[in-house]
Amino acid sequence: MKTILIQGGHVVDPANQIDGEADVFIKDGKIEKVGKNLKVKADQTINAKGKIVTPGLVDIHVHFREPGFEYKETIATGSHSAVAGGVTSVACMPNTNPPIDDQAIVHFIKSKAEKEGYCHVFPIGCISKRREGQEMAELGELKKAGAVALSDDGAPIMNAELMRRVMEYAKMLDLTVIDHCEDSHLSNEGVMHEGEASTSLGLRGIPAASETVMVARNILLAEMTGAKFHAAHVSTAGSVELIRQAKKKGINVTAETCPHYWTLSDKSIKNYNANFKMNPPLRGEEDVAAIRKGIKEGVIDCICTDHAPHASTEKQCEFDQAAFGIVGLETMFPLTYSHLVEPGVITLSRAVEMLTTSAAKIIGIPKGTLSEGADADVSIFDIKTEKEVVAKSFKSKGKNTPFNGWKLKGWAVTTIVSGEVKYNAE
Amino acid sequence: MTWKSKDLLTLEELSAAEITHILDTASSFKEVSTRSVKKVPALRGRTVVLFFHEPSTRTRISFELAAKRLSADILNVQTASSSLVKGETLIDTLKTLESMTIDALVVRHKSSGVPQMLANITKATVINAGDGSHEHPTQGLLDLLTIREHKGKIEGLTVTIVGDITHSRVARSDIRALNKLGAKVRVCAPPTLIPMGIEKMGVEVFHDLDKALSGTDVVYVLRLQLERQKNNLFPTIREYSMMYGVNNERLKRAKKDAIVMHPGPMNRGVEISSGVADGPASVIDEQVTNGVAVRMAVLYLLQGESNEKPS
Repeated sequence: MKTILIQGGHVVDPANQIDGEADVFIKDGKIEKVGKNLKVKADQTINAKGKIVTPGLVDIHVHFREPGFEYKETIATGSHSAVAGGVTSVACMPNTNPPIDDQAIVHFIKSKAEKEGYCHVFPIGCISKRREGQEMAELGELKKAGAVALSDDGAPIMNAELMRRVMEYAKMLDLTVIDHCEDSHLSNEGVMHEGEASTSLGLRGIPAASETVMVARNILLAEMTGAKFHAAHVSTAGSVELIRQAKKKGINVTAETCPHYWTLSDKSIKNYNANFKMNPPLRGEEDVAAIRKGIKEGVIDCICTDHAPHASTEKQCEFDQAAFGIVGLETMFPLTYSHLVEPGVITLSRAVEMLTTSAAKIIGIPKGTLSEGADADVSIFDIKTEKEVVAKSFKSKGKNTPFNGWKLKGWAVTTIVSGEVKYNAE
Repeated sequence: MTWKSKDLLTLEELSAAEITHILDTASSFKEVSTRSVKKVPALRGRTVVLFFHEPSTRTRISFELAAKRLSADILNVQTASSSLVKGETLIDTLKTLESMTIDALVVRHKSSGVPQMLANITKATVINAGDGSHEHPTQGLLDLLTIREHKGKIEGLTVTIVGDITHSRVARSDIRALNKLGAKVRVCAPPTLIPMGIEKMGVEVFHDLDKALSGTDVVYVLRLQLERQKNNLFPTIREYSMMYGVNNERLKRAKKDAIVMHPGPMNRGVEISSGVADGPASVIDEQVTNGVAVRMAVLYLLQGESNEKPS
């Protein structure tokens, strides 16, 4: 059977409190051993000297568009993009067509991923039938088929009674409820954060409160039902504060945020470039500061991308007509390293924890560690070489990034999925 | 003064000197429209496309007359629906027009930022004729020209803009230009029609019309889109009219020689009474006259200056 030895790298494996030089030995697709100067023979040796070696990253919020929107992305291209960013496990959101509200779609995605995927793909099932926010989907069947969590992501659950019942039911199934927290009446067809910048640009605003009120409602329902509530793509100072308080009270709440919420604000939107348009929108500077603080203080549990590929025509058009969302898999680690670790907001070890074991724990998948016997998902990063983001060379079909041309450190060099090298930087 | 920019997209990007230069040029063009032969050859042989993606009568006609009086060839391209609905992207439509070699594109669109987007990809001159709630630069310029004609200057004046500031591109252009030329700007509306952070654009916000009008040199009344009532931005048209309608009684609080302006079309009896609209303080018709002159000046400065000067 195949063996790989990753030699001399700086291994960061927060789950096992490893943060220093070590070798990683892989056998039969599993982690065999992690330790200093391992004296073993391997079929393949990878020299990781000067590099960072981590458990393969886990991104619990991506949109792979298949089935239904294959012109934007497929499971094959999306997972290729993942491994190019050092991501070895993703949870894909169910806003496909048809949506993942039925066990057959869960099976379809799993079998596609097995055949064509570069990494592990975990489907997230819908909360409601047809993602319409009206009636509960067959949550038990979805779980049986392999859905790892529940969400109607992209669409909020406006009906509080439905959310209450779903939380009760999901608690029985031990599934986390991930909500796209947005009061759609308050966001009122807005296209960017409401504030000085939207006023100046003459664009319809989405107030911060449209997110924050829903975070508040969901926290109250989580407290009432005891369900696990995970706040998707947190972007406002108010949300961070509410989650901080809820955690203090012992309510079962977790939260994620994305790199664009700590690197960009509404003031970054220039020339009506729709690559700066996503939902939730880029917020005000005080929100950006609060997100960074929330990351620093551990209020935010994990980092995800909300990877949302679109065709160029859906972005190169009127700003208010353009699709919401940006790609992120290939820039997630560089933006985390260069904009959180290097400036000292969090340590490298905490960053890796947020990108691996913390994320995996939220949806209950056995990923994100280099523990002996774990799947050999390993990523190697170069944190020394500064390189420019080149959108057109992304493996994703989507080139819609606001970071094109940014100079960053922390690029994936080699990505191993279940003991197989799935990506090598050119 | 030599003209640098290829386009006129916003008044935010112009300096006070550039704005003044456009106004001076417009003043000299005004005379052309009073002749029996209302034409100069400044833009002879140039093709100007009026690219209107939103219903508009006055602005389109004003631009068309301006271009015709400069002897340009005019092409009207109008669509009511968005490019996506039409099935062709706006960029493809522009490329089609550009392939037929056009010189200037006058763009009106319901989406903010469309003129900017088009200007970035075409070599032709792009003139913003109103984009979403963003800007309406030629309206701002004609307003300034009208104020200057009556007051002799802009600097030091107090201008009060009354009405739906949130959705008004006219207000944004006026605020920016008036600030650059040293006027004090007040805006007055219920909080539901005042956009977040507008103070940062350099205005003082009022909710009480009487206070807002007190001692003002210029009263600028915005058109109220009556359908906004359905979005709960004000309770009824009646209440709006009672609280924010400008009539002769309330106008007494402004300076004695105050002028009243409106970008049109008016809802008489709603935001402005007929007594004011037709009264001695009203300069609304002059705004329309100045619109043609300002648009001639803009077309000329952006396109025709290399041609012969108006004679």
